[in-house]
Parts: sequence; structure tokens; C-alpha cells
Amino acid sequence: MLAFIIRRIVQSALVMLVVALVAFALFRYVGDPISSMVGQETSLADREALRTTLGLNDPFIVQFGRFIGNAIQGDFGISYRLQQPVMELILQRLPATLELALVSGLAAFIFGVSAGVYTALNRRGFLPTGIMAVSLIGVSLPTFLIGILLIWLFAVELQWLPSFGRGETVALPGGWTTGFLTSSGRQSLILPAITLGLFQMTLIMRLVRAEMLEVLRTDYIKFARARGLSNRTVHFGHALKNTLVPVITITGLQLGAIIAFAIITETVFQWPGVGALFINSVRAVDVPVMAAYLVLIALIFVIINLIVDLLYYVVDPRLRVERGAARH
Amino acid sequence: MSDTKTPSRLFRLWDSDIAYSFRQSPLAIISGVVALVIILAAAFAPLIAPTNPYDPSSLNLMDGFTPPMQENAFTGSTFLLGADNQGRDVLSTILYGARISLFVGFSAVIFAMVLGITAGLIAGYRGGWVDAVLMRIADVQLSFPSILIALLIFGVARGFIPPSQRETMAIWVLIVAIGLSDWVQFARVVRGATMVEKGKEYVQAARVIGVNPIRILLRHILPNVMGPVLVIGTIGLALAIIAEATLSFLGVGVPPTQPSLGTLIRIGQQYLFSGEWWILLFPAVTLLALALAVNLLGDWLRDALNPRLR
Amino acid sequence: MTEPLLSVRDLVVEFPTRRGMLRALDGVSFDIAPGEVLGMVGESGAGKSITGAAIIGLIEPPGRIVRGEIRLAGERIDNLPPEAMRRIRGKRIGMVFQDPLTSLNPLYTVARQLIETIRVHLDMSEAEARAHAIGLLDRVGIPAAARRIDDYPHHFSGGMRQRVVIALALAAEPELVIADEPTTALDVSVQSQIIDVLKEICAERGAAVMLITHDMGVIAETADRVAVLYAGRMAEIGPVRDVILNASHPYTSGLMASIPTLVQDTDRLVQIPGSMPRLNAIPSGCAFNPRCNQAFERCRIEQPPLIDVAPRHAAACWLAEEETKNDG
Repeated sequence: MLAFIIRRIVQSALVMLVVALVAFALFRYVGDPISSMVGQETSLADREALRTTLGLNDPFIVQFGRFIGNAIQGDFGISYRLQQPVMELILQRLPATLELALVSGLAAFIFGVSAGVYTALNRRGFLPTGIMAVSLIGVSLPTFLIGILLIWLFAVELQWLPSFGRGETVALPGGWTTGFLTSSGRQSLILPAITLGLFQMTLIMRLVRAEMLEVLRTDYIKFARARGLSNRTVHFGHALKNTLVPVITITGLQLGAIIAFAIITETVFQWPGVGALFINSVRAVDVPVMAAYLVLIALIFVIINLIVDLLYYVVDPRLRVERGAARH
Repeated sequence: MSDTKTPSRLFRLWDSDIAYSFRQSPLAIISGVVALVIILAAAFAPLIAPTNPYDPSSLNLMDGFTPPMQENAFTGSTFLLGADNQGRDVLSTILYGARISLFVGFSAVIFAMVLGITAGLIAGYRGGWVDAVLMRIADVQLSFPSILIALLIFGVARGFIPPSQRETMAIWVLIVAIGLSDWVQFARVVRGATMVEKGKEYVQAARVIGVNPIRILLRHILPNVMGPVLVIGTIGLALAIIAEATLSFLGVGVPPTQPSLGTLIRIGQQYLFSGEWWILLFPAVTLLALALAVNLLGDWLRDALNPRLR
Repeated sequence: MTEPLLSVRDLVVEFPTRRGMLRALDGVSFDIAPGEVLGMVGESGAGKSITGAAIIGLIEPPGRIVRGEIRLAGERIDNLPPEAMRRIRGKRIGMVFQDPLTSLNPLYTVARQLIETIRVHLDMSEAEARAHAIGLLDRVGIPAAARRIDDYPHHFSGGMRQRVVIALALAAEPELVIADEPTTALDVSVQSQIIDVLKEICAERGAAVMLITHDMGVIAETADRVAVLYAGRMAEIGPVRDVILNASHPYTSGLMASIPTLVQDTDRLVQIPGSMPRLNAIPSGCAFNPRCNQAFERCRIEQPPLIDVAPRHAAACWLAEEETKNDG
């Protein structure tokens, strides 16, 4: 077990290193940092001098090392566009994204699993067919369109919910700002959370349904029925547990995708999170922010992957006997 | 004992189960028709669109915000589906926009397919470290959402391309970005099939004789794998179309002078509250119809080709 | 003669498919006496497993029983409501499946699966059920049962797993056990052990066994009577010795002849020419007639019913009628 953990940590570190390399290459070679910092009249000689002072003429390895050293301390330089330290910008906006991701992820999981189980057990009927149809649309509708349609319906026509922004937030100790504590904050959360979560929910629902149908076809389920176990026991005692094992791990991996998809949702709703920050920096080729976002996302992904692998290991007894990768 | 000549594989495939399954599924037929209509309309856009919205000289700002089928008080022009904020005819823009969306979508998928199939064939056939490296890359890339990868590639490309060229290169960058974010699925499927075939004796015999491995790959392995590849390709097309729309919506897709469906929707959102609903609605419906139709076709194709569900 | 435990009359099972209605069983009738071992042989697709599934009520939709009666100790069970049928499963009819690898839920311990089954049918506390379960495992030959009961299925070897499966099938003391190819998925060396275990434990409890297999050797050693199925119809049925030594249906003779023996001195294995027809393309008259080297005109027109050739020994062949006429 320990060997497994250590191996996974080493793998994760390697991945982070590669990502750092890509981020650094981005940082260093895309666009010209000097041009963004000085005016147009600065002479070439002065630019050269500035380059050396900043260490931009040092060997690659040295610069890379410096980059990593800084990164570990959380220093990603200054945003070209906003002239503020990148880390500060990111930390400022992270709570908004995280709250949104958490709420939508949770909702997606709960509704997705319920709908998936329901449609697997009841294959015919009005409601299951309806749910399947909605799920298909959910997969075909691009996230931004869902957001816009929701805004149109609930904000423009019905005027029930706000159409943009985060509402009033409350600053908590430690630098976190939360929208949960105000009613306008909670209201503003609803439409973006649905938008962000719908895609995930339909994905989870289809996954759960497919898995459950597969499981219901297995021999051990047949055998369970042949032993006279009740439908309830068969469906929820046996089938559900076997279904959820792969589903939970895949859902965990989807968490990372939520944070990335937040980019779109935040743009549609003008939600002040890191996603919006990222897209603006791509448009303006604000490299430090892009690089930092990349590293941050990679870190989150890697950590989530690690947790998911460990979870899988814990839940599936078959994996405890053998050594080796937990991926099915 | 069968005494008739066994029909060719192609004939069997198209005549029996797939065509039958298509005929039986009203959903598949409707999707096929819808997709076909949109594709044809888009392909022939220059011929059937009333105006060319990409030609700046043909635009009149005074035409802007004209509601559908109403005569503009200033210029006297009527637009079937209304005009957007710059005076572009919404119908024409939808047609041209769909054209671009489809062009980008198909190109990106084909690019991803070629890249993925090649990578899969090589990885499966060579095995060893080539395979290990390729699959590691694939694994890492798979754990990142494709939109992120596309955005990154776009950002990087933008950094390298001087501003003057950005407009002309935008479409190609888009194709490469979306294609690169999607090749992995093809690679995996093809790699798996290749490894299966590689173990078979006729391949080993061919290698002993010295037959060019590329021949082996193309003649024997590829046909076996085309089924799943087609399914992935169809669904990939829907995803590519949505990806392009999303990127354009975010402002990092097609250039603003050549709006695609995504761009129109972006513009439309700005005018939601002020009541110019047509700028949003018609492009949205078109995009939805297209994506849904392609997705349904992909779903149907997958069920039709899945031997276990028959 | 005592009343039969199981009585099947004229059972017809059909499956609707895209290519038309498939008749998997076409009017099968037989009895099983209490405590008797009836072997059911036939090629793949002949209908053996379907018969077992029909009896225990686990035919997968859209397949269904179209006609016929199944009686357990005199009462009809083929038309029971699902809940009533569920109570019979495990308690009065047990079933053993072919593949022990997939018959057990990998995520639950053997103890959990055994105790669950026991408590559904027998009124016992958790502790009593556990003791009962350990006793069962012991009886089927699992060493150190008290310790191993808490193991997971993948901790057991194939043969051991099948013993666990047998224990599970007999946990509630059924009167009839249907064993569907119980040894086919096991190593040859282990096969006879498992058959012995099955036979002994059933004999002990006075349970009848319906042993489905394609292995004539197993039948010869284990069964009291044997039924031969072909293309969904019964070709021959009778006491094992009689059928083997005096096969009255050409198909049965063909089966016997095709079994190679060590003492035979032959160059080639005997084969019945041709293959079993597809279930949607059964020839008119006797299903075997295209492959039969003794077929005559009547065989091609009229389907023969089961005709007695000796006490309790019948064959569905017009030759048998000729014989009895001659004996007459």
C-alpha cells in the first residue's frame, strides 16, 4: 500500500514538472516580456541591459530553476495587463470559482446519480424517456448556450434571478469571500451553478445508467436473484454499490473539468472568478497569468487524481491484494 | 449448407443491419435529414444567402437592429430574420457562420483522426518505449478538459503570430487547436485494435516475408477499426462544432469580421435585455439543431455498430 | 409411483427478434422425481439453459414462456406473480451457474453473501446465520471455513469458488437444484471433485438435481436419468444406463459414438455430419432429419412425439414407433 502511494506521488511530481516546463516555456518564449514592461521609445541597448538584469540571458536551466523556485513560493510575477502580482489576482478570485464549482459539482452528483439509477431501473415510461431526452440535449447544448438561455428565461422574462455578477459577498477571516451568507449571493449562485453543473449532471447520469445496466446483466446479479433476494436488495444492495465504484472515481476526475469549464460559465455570467481572469489573459496574451493558471489547474488535477486513485484502492477489495495501478 | 456466394463485406454491412437499423429509427432519419439540410445550406451559402455579411463594404450600419421581416425605416431594407448590431443580415450570417463552423469542425476532426490514427498505429505496432511515451502523453492530456488545451494552444499561437496576421491565421489556429485537443480517443481505439491484430499469425507471417509494415497496417488493421473510429468521429464532429462555437463566443475563435454562430450568440447576449431577441435566437436554434442532429447520429451509429446490443 | 417433484409439460419459450420469432423451446415435457438426478444434455443452443431459466423464472425479457405448465410438487409455478416466484427461488429451487468467477459479487465477503441469503429464507439471527454458513462451507469442503468465510471471492481458487457457489445455492435447503454447466469453467482436475460435492450434498438433503451439461461423461457417472435436447425439442429421455446402451434416437447414438475412448483404436473421431439448425430455420418434420442417416419420408413431414421404447424410456423418433409396432 505504501509503495503504491509513493509511486503515485512520484508520478504526480513528474507530471507537475512537465507542466512547469510548459508553463515556463510559455512564460519565457511567448511574447516579449520586455516589450510589455517598457515604452516604445526605450533604446535597444537599454532593453538589452534590462534583459540581463532580469536574468533573461541566463542559461535555460538556470532560468527554469528560478521559475520553479519562485513558483513554489507562489511568485509568478506581475500580470502584464493589470500590473498586479499574479498570485494576488488568482487568490483574490479563487473563492468565487471554488464556491461555484463546489455547489454545481455536488448538485450534479446528487441529481445525476439519482436520475441515472432511476432510468436504469425503469427503462420504459414517460418520465425516464423524458429524462433521457433532456440528458441528450444537455450533452448537445454548449455550456454557454445553456447559460444564456437560463438568463433569458429567468432574468429577462421572469425576472426572478439576477443575470450577472456574484451579488453581495461577505469577507471571511483568511481572505476568503463568500456568497453563501447573503441572499443576493445565494440567488446569484443558482443560474451559474445550474449552467456549470448541467453538463456534468448529464454525464454522470448517462454513466450511472450505463454502468448500472451493465451490472444488472452480470452473473452475480442473476445469481443473487436466483437465491431469492428481493428486488430492493438486488438493486440497491448489490447493483448500486458495484455501479458506484467506477462512477465515484470518474466523478472525482470530473471535478477538475468543472473548474476548467468554469471559464465559460464565468464569462457568460460575468462571475469574478479565476476562469474569467484566464480568458481575459488569453485574449490579451498576458502570459504570466496564463502560465500561473496552467500550473494551478495542473496542481488541482494532480491532487484530485491522487485522491481518486487512493479512493479506488480503498473501495475495491480486489486491488488490495495485487500491486499495481488502480485504474480499471 | 450455404450454397450462395457470400456477399462482400461492404454489401452485408450496408444492406443488412446498419441500413435496417437506420430505417427503423425515426430519430436517426430526422437527425440525418436535419444535419444534411444544414450542411448543404451552409456549403452553398454563397449561392443562397441574400447578402454576403463578410464583405464590409456591403454593410450599412443604419440597417442595424432591424427586427425580422420588418422594413427598416431608414434604409428600406427587409431582413428575413432581422439584422444584427452592425447591420448584417442574420440569415446570411447564420449561413456563412454555419459554413465556417462546419468547415472548422470537419477539418479539426479529420486532423484529429489522422493524427490519432497514425499515433495509434505506430504505438500499437511498435510497442516498447514509443508506445509507452505516446500513451503517457495521451493519459496526461486526457485528464485535462479539451477546452483548456484548445485555449492554451490558441493563446500560445497568438503570442507567436504578429497581430497583422492574426485574422487570416485564426481559422487554421482554431482547427489545429481543436484537433490537437481531440486526437487521443482515436489513438487509443486504433492502438488497441492494432495490438490485437499484431498478435495474429498472418501479420507475423507477413513480417517474416518482408511485407512493408505500412501495407499491413493500412490494408488489414485499419478496416477493422473504422467502425469505432466513425462513431468517435461523428461524436467528435459534434464536439468540435460546439468547441468552435464556444471559443468564438469567448472571443478567441474566429475573427470578429467573420462571425460564426458562436460570435453571433455573443453579440446577441449583449442585447438580450434591450429586446433585440432575434440576434440571439436564430443562431442559437441553428447551433442547437446542428449539434443535436450530429450527436443523435453518432449515438445511433454507436448502437447500430455495437454487436452486444443487437 | 410417487408424485414427481418437478413436472414440466409442453413448455414453449419464444424470443422475439428482428428476424422474427425464435422458438428456443418447442414443447418440452419431463418429470423429476424427488431426490433424483436428471441430466440434461445437448449442444450449445439446444435449449438446456433456457429450460433451467424457465423453471426458476429467470428468462430474460423479451423472451417469455408462451405455452406449457411447470409444476413444483403439484402446484403451478410458471404463472406466479413475481413476488411469489421470488420466495420460491432459493428456498425451494436453487441454481448453480457456470462461471464461479462471475457468480459472486466481488465487492462483498463470502460471509455477507451467505448470511444475506440465509436470513432471507430462514428465520435466524445474524449469529445463527453465520454459524449455519460456516457449517455449509465446511460441508462443501472449504478448509478452515470459520476463518475463510470473511474472505472476498477473489481470494478463492476456481474450484473453491464453485464450492462456495454450491453452498450459497443450498443455503436455504431447496428441494430442487438446477446446476447449469457447473464444471465447464473449471480445470479438468477439479471437475469431478465439484460434481462429487454437489451430488453428495444434494443426496444428504434429499434434494433433486437437474444437471445441465454437454459432457456425457459427467452424466454417465452422476445422473439417474438423462434427457437429450436437440433444437429446442426433446430427442430422448430415460434412465442413464438404458439411454447410453440402447440409444433409440439417431442423434443420441451419434453423441455416444462421438465420444472417444482410450481403448478404441481409431484414426478419426466420429462426427455427426452437419450442424444443429438455427432456431429460426428448423426443418419441417423431425428437426434432426437432414443429418440423420436413417431418415425416411415421414421424418421430413411429421414431427415425431416422444414414443416409449421401454419402461420410462422414450425417444422422439419415427423409428421408435416402427420398433414398438414390431415388438407389439
